[in-house]
Amino acid sequence: MSSISTTADALHGHDAHGHDAHGHGHAHTQSFISKYVFSTDHKVIGIQFLVTTLLMLMVGGALALGVRWQLAFPWESMPIFGTLFPMEGGQISPDFYTMLFTMHATVMIFLVIIPVLAGAFGNFLIPLMIGADDMAFPVLNMLSYWFMWPAIGCFGMTFLCAGYGAAGGWTSYPLLSALAEAAPGSGSAQTWWLFGLTFVGVSSMMGSVNYMTTIINMRAPGMTLFRMPLTIWSMFITAILQAFALPVLTAAGFMLVADRILGTCFFIPAGIVVNNAEPTVGGGQPLLWQHLFWFYSHPAVYIMLLPAMGMVSDMLACMCRKPIFGYKPMVYSLAAIAGLGFIVWGHHMFTSGMNPALGMTFMVSTIMIALPSAVKVFNWLGTMWGGKIEFNTVLLNCAAFVSMFLIGGLSGIFMAAVPVDIYIHDTYFIVAHFHYVLFGATLFGVFGGITFWFPKMFGRLMNEPVGKLHFFLTFIGFNGTFFPMHLLGVAGMPRRYANPFLYEYLEHLLPMNQFMTYSAILMGFAQFLLLGNFLLSIKFGQKCGRNPWNANGLEWSAPSPPGHGNFDVPPVCYRGPYEYSHPDCPEGQDYWMQTDPRGRKKRPDDLAGGNAAAPAHS
Amino acid sequence: MKKFWVFFFMLVPVLALWSCIVAPGYGWWFPGSDGPSKGVAASPLGRRIDDLFYMILVITTITFIGVQLALGYVLWTGIRRDNREGDVEKAWFSHGSHELEVIWSIVPAAVLLFIALYQMDVWASYRVKTHFPEEVQNKPMAEVTARQFEWRIRYPGLDENGNVLPLMPDPQPTDLYAVNDLHLPSGRPVMINLKTQDVQHSFFLPELRVKQDAVPGLVIPVWFEADKSGEYTLLCAELCGWGHYKMKARFVARPEEEFIPYLRELTKQQSYDGVKEAAAQ
Ligand code: HEM
Ligand SMILES: [Cu+2]
Ligand SMILES: [Cu+2]
Repeated sequence: MSSISTTADALHGHDAHGHDAHGHGHAHTQSFISKYVFSTDHKVIGIQFLVTTLLMLMVGGALALGVRWQLAFPWESMPIFGTLFPMEGGQISPDFYTMLFTMHATVMIFLVIIPVLAGAFGNFLIPLMIGADDMAFPVLNMLSYWFMWPAIGCFGMTFLCAGYGAAGGWTSYPLLSALAEAAPGSGSAQTWWLFGLTFVGVSSMMGSVNYMTTIINMRAPGMTLFRMPLTIWSMFITAILQAFALPVLTAAGFMLVADRILGTCFFIPAGIVVNNAEPTVGGGQPLLWQHLFWFYSHPAVYIMLLPAMGMVSDMLACMCRKPIFGYKPMVYSLAAIAGLGFIVWGHHMFTSGMNPALGMTFMVSTIMIALPSAVKVFNWLGTMWGGKIEFNTVLLNCAAFVSMFLIGGLSGIFMAAVPVDIYIHDTYFIVAHFHYVLFGATLFGVFGGITFWFPKMFGRLMNEPVGKLHFFLTFIGFNGTFFPMHLLGVAGMPRRYANPFLYEYLEHLLPMNQFMTYSAILMGFAQFLLLGNFLLSIKFGQKCGRNPWNANGLEWSAPSPPGHGNFDVPPVCYRGPYEYSHPDCPEGQDYWMQTDPRGRKKRPDDLAGGNAAAPAHS
Repeated sequence: MKKFWVFFFMLVPVLALWSCIVAPGYGWWFPGSDGPSKGVAASPLGRRIDDLFYMILVITTITFIGVQLALGYVLWTGIRRDNREGDVEKAWFSHGSHELEVIWSIVPAAVLLFIALYQMDVWASYRVKTHFPEEVQNKPMAEVTARQFEWRIRYPGLDENGNVLPLMPDPQPTDLYAVNDLHLPSGRPVMINLKTQDVQHSFFLPELRVKQDAVPGLVIPVWFEADKSGEYTLLCAELCGWGHYKMKARFVARPEEEFIPYLRELTKQQSYDGVKEAAAQ
């Protein structure tokens, strides 16, 4: 615990800023409701998002355990779930199983990973890290949180519909999702699902607009673009991705709703006979949905990853007491991933029957996206190289991020290679791959991020031993659950099968599936440690000062927790965010806060930075 | 404790490598011609796909081990000794290295480009119509229509001389039908026309490494070749509703000489009306 210093305040010293420490008190009193419920304060909104997504993580996890139960013990009655839902004998029916994985994925993607990164961390960190007092549009920001609830409501509604739940997979390919007769879950549940998707989209869009505006306009004096922490860069690029990709998904969603309830035929070709219903009339094309859907959802996997990459970069630099290795290449590779992210969507459709020439184009672009990813991994290693590493919960989660992202990235090359993808597409290899990226990488980054910024949120530290135990169990459970999925995929086990053991060539995989389920249960229960640690530390955690990690960023010069309006001293940025262990660091410390004016070269343009026109405190 | 964590992370490559090495022994590997998990694809194109898989496996394994070892190395050498009071140990101060940056961009770029270009050929022969083998160019032998939750197969049937007729796009009076039972000659490329009657499905022959989605409104030609006679699994790989998992069918490959007798047998079964035979008795 050597890096925890409550003397940071004294070191950093208010005298460092000789000026006005009182000029912007936000003295207006607020009622409980406007302070904690309908708050326009970005920090409260961020924490609201964080708590909501952690709860949704538990919901999504429970649904996943349902899936895993069925794969380990097909058709055997399931404890707990069996009694919660009106299922005969507590058994999971194939119908229910389909709903389970559909809603598991939906919850995890739309209600956990996207909102935890952009919603929780984006909201909490952006103004603090760039030295602003709030977001550019605080009311819009509040709405972006509150639009999560209609989304949760709509997704919740699907559970109450006939056939309990949307069951078209989270990708909802038509015609399964377009024709109500196609499956028990394709009725009103699917319509609710699409409405839920739209609300999530609206929420993200509000965030995206806010982040772009805030980052462009509200940086503290001296915070030039290339003095921004990588977290901010990644949030900025993610916001741009969202702004360009989301409208496409929203439009596609409306088209599908129109197909379902207005009788249009965007996705429905003529002459389709489902369940002995009348043949359809119309000239639609189901592949159109796939193109539109993946045009959003492929960039979306980067929306689910880039912010975590940025956060991990900042945390690694701090925990290794080193500058980021290759800051500019890190920025450029973020941008390259985002740019390439837009032209690779077709790799989800290699077996779909689209033009084979497109297959080749998409293969080359997809494989090339591994390049900026590789650059990032090497730079993270470079950052740790020669460091003075503090092995705390934050570092462990970040190292796991790098290691798991490596596995997820390498398995991606198999799928990017079209001929190989012919075989492994829609097998468990895919499931292994995206869990390594989404859970193994992103979620470990999030766990690290929660531990790292918790002191700023609540003025207290999370419990280290519990944090380490949570990491240890999660890491073991995670690899036990998901690594074998690669092997299942190679063995040809298709995904979304309620009972793969119907097939002779898959029968012998049952014990392996049972092992994975035990690992998943272990991992699921480990999450209670996180939840408990989080909730209890808010009240009982060790108190800490402004800068418990001896970090450099602007956010650490604000009080913990920061009051409304964030900074008691308007921050001015004097240098980049990664000057750890600089030979000229102020005496007796190995960090050099961005706000610390000591030792700066006296150049007249120093303050102007590039953004002098936009002081944070107006 | 710090050393423990370094070892902990190094367990990942060790266990990963170990499980990949023992996997084939337990049958957790490719299904193939000699029963489950014998690993060898039952078709020539399938073996080319396997080879590509192994090539990528070698490249990624080397990268994986190398990077994991590097991670272990930087963690190990970076272990921070506990601070004596007031004495700040500083890390190596470096903002990066331009040369390294260039090297670790160009080398992976070259490897990745190689992987991409190396695949083109197999993809072309699998999917580009003009690259299909001579024998199957525009000569579908059957039409496979996916439907919730079964595979309907339509053969063109035989003319009066016992020769196989060409497959017509629309059903013909001579057509023969079967459900969940696809018979085609082995030892030569064969082609089917793939359709779906309702939602999207996917035609998947794991032992042959063939997969193709059946998209509503499209007719997609798919070719494959089983080297040896035998029975192969045919299943559905695209979520198509609650019964997705039970779209179980078989593909029976047998020598060309036995294929026409099979069609003749089907003709006999289908024209059997239960009357003529009873009269003969
Ligand atoms: C407790 C941890 C988790 C377990 C045990 C788990 C398990 C599973 C399993 C077994 C499937 C495959 C269902 C199938 O294809 O038949 C699945 C699918 C999926 N999971 Fe998870 N998962 C977990 C966490 C997550 C997380 C954190 C995310 C995302 C951010 C996620 C996203 C998905 C997605 C997108 C699918 C695809 C569903 C589909 O096939 O449509 N999962 N999960
Ligand atoms: Cu099907
Ligand atoms: Cu299916």
